[in-house]
Amino acid sequence: MSEVFVITSGKGGVGKTTTTANIGTGLASHSKKVVMVDADIGLRNLDVVMGLENRIVFDLVDVVEGNCRLKQALIRDKTFSNLFLLPTAQTKDKSAVSPEQMRKLCAQLREDFDYILIDCPAGIEQGFKNAIAGADKAIVVTTPEISAVRDADRIIGMIEASELPPPLMILNRIKPEMVLRGDMMTLEDVSEILAIDVLGIVPDDESIIISSNKGEPCVLDSKSLAGQAYRDITRRILGESVPLMDLYKSDGFLNKIKNFFSR
Amino acid sequence: MLGFGKKNQSPSSRDMAVGRLKMVLPADRVDGASQMLEMMKKDMLEVIRKYVEIDENDFDIQICPPSGGNDSPDSRIKADIPIKNVRRRR
Repeated sequence: MSEVFVITSGKGGVGKTTTTANIGTGLASHSKKVVMVDADIGLRNLDVVMGLENRIVFDLVDVVEGNCRLKQALIRDKTFSNLFLLPTAQTKDKSAVSPEQMRKLCAQLREDFDYILIDCPAGIEQGFKNAIAGADKAIVVTTPEISAVRDADRIIGMIEASELPPPLMILNRIKPEMVLRGDMMTLEDVSEILAIDVLGIVPDDESIIISSNKGEPCVLDSKSLAGQAYRDITRRILGESVPLMDLYKSDGFLNKIKNFFSR
Repeated sequence: MLGFGKKNQSPSSRDMAVGRLKMVLPADRVDGASQMLEMMKKDMLEVIRKYVEIDENDFDIQICPPSGGNDSPDSRIKADIPIKNVRRRR
């Protein structure tokens, strides 16, 4: 019944951790039991994005090494009592965990949670192999930049070579005004090049930075456009059919005038 | 609608990105396929050895990228396998 998603990208800095935090919080807001696992050993970040950095006692490596019980390491979210974080270790290296241990951990988490989200480290090395080991499905986050798309292609190839089904894509940080003037690849360009189905699009939005400054995922901010994008993505994961957000409808001076007169 | 004033002389940076990715990704994918090629080679050796004698070390297999012209628009697998001896069939 439970599902394990790995959120991956290849390239660093395209928004894996933000995506994990927002989808996790989004699913929890629909009353699902959710745990987010930070698999980026040595570069702990999901805790600060969630605003939970002061509550960490044990971590992922403590759990797999048997220094503590799994439940001792899980940190309950500030807002949702049905949302938990398993933080990663900050001082160990990636070899501290094996794919087999990750599979075992995921199997254990399935007993208590509806959704398990694994925040994958950047790169195609051991950390990536660990992160995908226990997963059922993969989500590839990319941005409409040539380097991010190239790395996403490598990751998609590696996911297809594993036993996972074809991954889904979230195209992050779209700037509609750049797309309109022909200076940014469109969703259609990227999904066609990568030959991948789309789970969602997220506009480039200042509210992402503001929300991570505060440690409160923007999916809960009703005024945030990126928040709306993550609410849509959450509902798609829950099986609803939600059309892709129209990023171009109220953009530009001409449309603003048109909208004004059509009121 | 926002088509007026559009310059046609130089391609947009979007088009350049798409074009460059379409050039570089097939090469990347071929590199990633080298592991697959090794597995394919192993399987092929097994099949071919049922019929003819071959030396594993002489077995040459590669994926060639499209040459660009109309002659070979697709990537292709090329295998060069010298036969040592044909087995006598009963």
